[in-house]
Amino acid sequence: MDHTTALMNKAADLAQEMRDGSPVIRLSGNLSIACLRDLPDRLDAIAGPVDAIDLSDVDHMDTIGAWVLYRTIKRLDCRLTGDRCDAERLIAEVGKVDEPVNIRPDYVPPWQRVVGQIGEAVVNSGTTLLGLLGFFGGTLVATWNVLRHPSRFRVNAVVQRFEVVGVSALGIIGLMSFLIGIVIAQQGSVQLRQFGMEMLTINLVGRLTFRELGVLMTAIMVAGRSGSAFAAQLGTMKLTEEVDAMRTIGVSPMEALVLPRTLAVVVMMPLLGFYSSIVAVIGGGFLCAVSLDIPPITFVQRLREVVPITDLWVGLLKAPVFGVIIALAGCFQGMQVKANAEEVGLRTTSAVVQAIFLVIVLDAFFAVFFTWLGWN
Amino acid sequence: MAPEEGIAAEEARVEKAVEKDGIAISVRNLKNSFGEQVVHEGLDLDVRKGEILGVVGGSGTGKSVLMRSIIGLQTPDEGEIHVFGESMIGRLDDEALAIRKRWGVLFQGGALFSTLTVAENVEVPIREYYPNIGAKLRDEIAAYKIRMTGLPAEAGPKYPAELSGGMRKRAGLARALALDPDLLFLDEPTAGLDPIGAAAFDDQTRKLQQTLGLTVFLITHDLDTLYSICDRVAVLADRKVTAVGTIDELLATDHPWIQEYFNGPRGRAATAAVRREKDKRR
Repeated sequence: MDHTTALMNKAADLAQEMRDGSPVIRLSGNLSIACLRDLPDRLDAIAGPVDAIDLSDVDHMDTIGAWVLYRTIKRLDCRLTGDRCDAERLIAEVGKVDEPVNIRPDYVPPWQRVVGQIGEAVVNSGTTLLGLLGFFGGTLVATWNVLRHPSRFRVNAVVQRFEVVGVSALGIIGLMSFLIGIVIAQQGSVQLRQFGMEMLTINLVGRLTFRELGVLMTAIMVAGRSGSAFAAQLGTMKLTEEVDAMRTIGVSPMEALVLPRTLAVVVMMPLLGFYSSIVAVIGGGFLCAVSLDIPPITFVQRLREVVPITDLWVGLLKAPVFGVIIALAGCFQGMQVKANAEEVGLRTTSAVVQAIFLVIVLDAFFAVFFTWLGWN
Repeated sequence: MAPEEGIAAEEARVEKAVEKDGIAISVRNLKNSFGEQVVHEGLDLDVRKGEILGVVGGSGTGKSVLMRSIIGLQTPDEGEIHVFGESMIGRLDDEALAIRKRWGVLFQGGALFSTLTVAENVEVPIREYYPNIGAKLRDEIAAYKIRMTGLPAEAGPKYPAELSGGMRKRAGLARALALDPDLLFLDEPTAGLDPIGAAAFDDQTRKLQQTLGLTVFLITHDLDTLYSICDRVAVLADRKVTAVGTIDELLATDHPWIQEYFNGPRGRAATAAVRREKDKRR
C-alpha cells in the first residue's frame, strides 16, 4: 500500500479540548464515507457548548463528511477553524441543498392500512369483473368486425398460436393425463376391491376422464402454459408501447393480438381435452391390464357399454367455454399492465389464478346444469 | 519480433500505463467479440484523473460494451483493464469490491429499482456497502444527494414509474453519486431529454464534477455536451479508439468519420453555438 492509500484510509477521529478558554472539537483523519466509522454518533453525543470545530488535521473530506459536519455546526451553532477552504466549500455546497425530503410515502397505521387494503381488494375484484366483462364484449365486437371484413382475419397469427397453444402442449398434457389415468385406476381399484367389484374401475376411469378430468386438467395446464404466456407477452408489449404503436398505425390490438390468441385456445381446448381423455383412458387401461388382469379388449368392450356418449358431449361442450375464460383472463390481465416490469409478473400470476378459479366455478355450474338436463 | 519479445514489450507497456500517476482508467489491447462479430480489437484508452472524457462513435461501435468491460459486466476476450492501478480482469467479486465502491454508474434508462422510492434507491448502495451508517444519517444523505442532483424535494418518496424521463436520469445520477465516488460512468445521460433539460443536466454534471473532483467517463451522442463540458473526447471507430484529444485536436486529424461528425450540419451548429457563447463573454 503506498503512501496516498494509507492516508486515504486513516479513520476519522475527534478530540475535545479547551483553547484560550473556549471549548473546541478537533477533527482528524479522513472524513469520507469509508472512514467515518462511529464519528457521526460521537459528534451527535456532544451536547455543547462548543465554540469551534478545528479542521486543520483533516486529510480528506467527501460530501458525506461535509454533511455530518454541516449538521453538527447547525446544531451546536459553532464556527469552523483550521483554514480549510476546500472543506468549507464542500460544507457550503451541501448546506445549499439542505431541505427535508421524504424518503418513503407517508406512514399509515396498520389498522387503517388493513381496512384500506380490504376496500381496495373489493373495489379491485369488482372492477376486474366488470373489466373482464367489458373485455369479453370488446372481443365479441372485434369478432364481429372480422366477420364483416374477413380480409382482416390474421390467418398466420392464428395458425402460429395453434402450434404454440396446441401442438407444443401435446407432450406434457399427454404425460400428465396418462399418469392421472393410472392414479385413478389404481386408487379406484384398491377401494373397489373391498367390495369385489374391480370391474367398476373401468366405469370410474371412463366416466370421470371423459366427463370431468380430461377437460379440467387440460384447462389447468393450458392456463399455466398459455394463459400466463399471453399475460406476459401482452404485458411486455404494453410496457414497450408496442400496443400503443399498433393503435396509432390503425391496427386494433383486439383484432391483432387478442382475437388470434382467444381463437387458438377456443379451438385447441376441445381437441386437447379429447386427447387428454383418451390418453387418460389408455393410462387406466394400462393399469387394469397390468395389475387387475383385465385384457385391453375387455376394457374397451366394457368402456363402450358403460360410458354414454353424453359424457363425451359434456366434456367437449365445456372445453371451448373454458378456453374463452383462459384466453380472456390472460389477455385482459396482460392489457392491464401500465407501470413496470414487476407488474407483468403480478398480472401473469393473477391471470393464471383467475383462469383456474373461474374454470372450476364454471365447472360446478356445468355439473348442475348437465344433471338438470338429465345427462348423467 | 520474436513472440516472447512481443509479450515482454506488451507487459512493459501495461506496467508503464499502470504506474503512470494521474491515470484513473487504463485500457490496453482490449478485445471484445460476440460470436463472429468483433467489436473491439487492440483498443487502448487512458482516462486521466479529474477529467471529463467524452466517448463518441457511431451506433454499434461498442461504446456501451467498452463501459461494461471497464465496470466488469462484460469479460473481454483479451486485454488489460486497470482502474486506479488495480487490474479488473479475472478478479473475484469481493476482491473488486474496494474499487466498485469508488465508482458510480448511470445507466441509459436510469435503471432505478422500480419497487423502491427514489430516496430508497439512493440509499441502496449506502445500505449495501456501509451498513454501519445509521438510518437517520442515511436518510439525510439520501435527501441532500437528491437535492444536489437538482431534483425537487417532492421527488424523494415517489416511485420511478411516477417520474419523467429527465427526473429518472437525475435520480439515477443521485444513486450513482450515493457513495461519493471518485469515478462516474454516464451512459448517454442527455439522450431523450429536451434541449433545456439536457443543458441543465450538463451544467449539473460539470458542477458536481468540479465540486466533488470527479473523473467522468461519459458516453454521448450529444454534440452540445461534448462542446460544453468534455475536457477530452475519445472517438471509437474501426474497433478501436482512433483518436483522443480536445475537440480542436480532433478537428486537426483527417479521419473521415471524425471530420463528418464534427463538421456535419449538427457539428457546425454546435461549434457556432460555442463561438457565440465565447463572443458574448468577451
